Amino acid sequence: MLWVDKYRPKTLDHVMVHSDTAQNLKKLVSEHDCPHLLFYGPSGSGKKTLIMALLRQMFGPGAEKVKVENRAWKVDAGSRSIDLELTTLSSANHIEMTPSDAGFQDRYIVQEIIKEMAKNRPIDTKGKKGFKVLVLNDVDKLSREAQHSLRRTMEKYSAYCRLILCCNSSSRVTEAIRSRCLNVRVNAPSEEQIVDVLQFIGKKEGLQLPSSFAARIAEKSNRNLRRAILSFETCRVQQYPFTDKQTISPMDWEEYVSEIASDIMKEQSPKRLFQVRGKLYELLINCIPPEIILKRLLYELLRKLDAELKHEVCHWAAYYEHRMRLGQKAIFHIEAFVAKFMSVYKSFLIATFG
Amino acid sequence: MAPIIQSTQPWVEKYRPKQVKDVAHQEEVVRVLTNTLETGSCPHMLFYGPPGTGKTTTALAIAHQLFGPELYKSRVLELNASDDRGINVVRTKIKDFAAVAVGTNQRKNGYPCPPYKIIVLDEADSMTEDAQNALRRTMETYSKVTRFFFICNYISRIIEPLASRCAKFRFKPLTEEIMSSRILYICKEEGIYLDAEGLSTLSTISQGDLRRAITYLQSAARLFGSSISSKDLISVSGIVPAEVVEALLKACKSGNFDLANKEVNNFIAEGYPVSQMLTQLFEAIVEENDISDEQKARISKKLGEADKCLVDGADEYLQLLGVVSITIQALCNMPEGFAY
Ligand SMILES: Nc1ncnc2c1ncn2[C@@H]1O[C@H](COP(=O)(O)OP(=O)(O)OP(=O)(O)O)[C@@H](O)[C@H]1O
Ligand SMILES: Nc1ncnc2c1ncn2[C@@H]1O[C@H](COP(=O)(O)OP(=O)(O)OP(=O)(O)O)[C@@H](O)[C@H]1O
Ligand SMILES: [Mg+2]
Ligand SMILES: [Mg+2]
Repeated sequence: MLWVDKYRPKTLDHVMVHSDTAQNLKKLVSEHDCPHLLFYGPSGSGKKTLIMALLRQMFGPGAEKVKVENRAWKVDAGSRSIDLELTTLSSANHIEMTPSDAGFQDRYIVQEIIKEMAKNRPIDTKGKKGFKVLVLNDVDKLSREAQHSLRRTMEKYSAYCRLILCCNSSSRVTEAIRSRCLNVRVNAPSEEQIVDVLQFIGKKEGLQLPSSFAARIAEKSNRNLRRAILSFETCRVQQYPFTDKQTISPMDWEEYVSEIASDIMKEQSPKRLFQVRGKLYELLINCIPPEIILKRLLYELLRKLDAELKHEVCHWAAYYEHRMRLGQKAIFHIEAFVAKFMSVYKSFLIATFG
Repeated sequence: MAPIIQSTQPWVEKYRPKQVKDVAHQEEVVRVLTNTLETGSCPHMLFYGPPGTGKTTTALAIAHQLFGPELYKSRVLELNASDDRGINVVRTKIKDFAAVAVGTNQRKNGYPCPPYKIIVLDEADSMTEDAQNALRRTMETYSKVTRFFFICNYISRIIEPLASRCAKFRFKPLTEEIMSSRILYICKEEGIYLDAEGLSTLSTISQGDLRRAITYLQSAARLFGSSISSKDLISVSGIVPAEVVEALLKACKSGNFDLANKEVNNFIAEGYPVSQMLTQLFEAIVEENDISDEQKARISKKLGEADKCLVDGADEYLQLLGVVSITIQALCNMPEGFAY
């Protein structure tokens, strides 16, 4: 098992970061009228960990006995019926899924599943009725329609089913949904907190971890705990005992983006643009999300550029990322950004050096 | 077997008024509907207005008061955005429901039971235009035996032919006074202590949306116990603390791009919603005395653009960085437009 999974805290009492939030969540469950919840925060900050621990707090160890299913739905949509398929993770008391995986048909999934849950309400021996929990991942990627269809459902079925929503970018969740939930912000752990987690894991694995080396891993992780733990494990495989000077290799794709940045700083020409396109395709084929590529490219460029140009380049990055969101083919827009950059940079060079 | 957690209603549902007369602040519609309760006559209705102002509440209350629990199922059809309301559903489901005849006017168990059915189309602004057009005919065909209640946030998304067939009522955002009195009532029922500062904070941050106020109150009560302060409410509301807004503004004033970029990165890592930041940044900038009107205008324009981009789903970091960059340029009186 990877260390990220092996050392994921299982209960609210054992989390190493966000312990305040965890204690608050514990209080929330002890009273039985908990509202719907929306967890938001950057990637690798510990949202999932908190949610899983919360479910365990609610339902006991049974919440961890999950089965993975590929479920199919037949949705009746007036004259035709639509077939949908989605992977779900479920225990006796909860179901977890990522409805945005169903693309533009996400709305039907959301509608069906909640009604279905409302029908199969758990009842205990004394005839008391309980509720189930539905965990929806990536709600920021849900279509507007799907978000709209959640609104009244959240009210209407609130006695049968509690929602736990999870996302990175809460700006993309409509106000109507945010105002129906208790919002739980999960911030990225600080570098010191990350070092503590690394030291904890090091100790459990019986490793000598020099504190300056741990600090360097934390710094390189960009406050992403998952990433820090992953790169710690990689370093362990590459070289042990650790030394202070040991290199922490960046991820392959990041090196690749860094190369692209150097390429376009060195030469601005159609030929170079063509070469860069190949590299961009390579990244996309390897499933690096296009906005991540664009942001990383901007990061690399900003490191190298003159102060004068920074404003202009960051403007264009935002401009093309927005267009990419509205359009369909990511490559066009990343390439347009690269071309724009070349043009801006070349004019700058000519104006400055003649 | 796993323990069953008993479900209790969230407060928003618990304190949803059951009778039309208990709906606060929407006098006009309450008056018309009170009349309906007496005479039984009712036009088609269109309720519109911002979230959490009582639209759904009012429609459900009148339906219950007219028909009572027994007849409710056979006389009232509630369809909302969680139901498929494509054109075919409008054609079949609504027709089927509307077509079954109802008996003549006779009071039953003390309920007026007027001789028509009610179809509530909640969140009607998310219906397609085609579906709305299909409704026109249905409305006409069954106008004797059905009354439609359309509910929406944006009246502009309802096609004119439908809107013109209805009595329209705008639901106003609740005033701070009304909010306060509802909140105090709930506090009393739930045994919660909320001081004056907390009360005024809650009314302000909820911006006329009572649902939001109640949700915040319940969240804070669950997290911080029965004595709630203004700070507790801010922490559950997703509002960006004033210090954080100031820090970003200060970084912009320094004129140093790298410094500001670092602050933006920090902000994103802290996980605050950027859309919220834009709102608060706007308020902070407008109130600032040592920023000229021209500078304010330049920054506000960019804030508007960024907000729109966020609605389109653009990246939060890039948009905020864009705003920060323009703010620096405006504050340093750098020329508008690009040099290269
Ligand atoms: N509170 C914590 N204490 C210790 N380790 C933690 C804690 N939270 C998370 N971790 C570690 O960090 C890893 C990543 O956390 P998690 O999967 O919860 O992130 P996430 O916020 O869901 O990220 P993403 O948005 O990318 O899905 C976990 O596998 C776990 O090892
Ligand atoms: N005018 C009001 N009087 C009393 N309570 C209200 C009023 N408006 C809202 N509430 C409270 O807020 C909750 C939400 O109100 P309601 O569902 O009627 O909002 P809505 O106008 O339909 O909003 P949306 O447009 O988001 O659907 C209710 O359960 C009730 O507790
Ligand atoms: Mg996750
Ligand atoms: Mg409503």
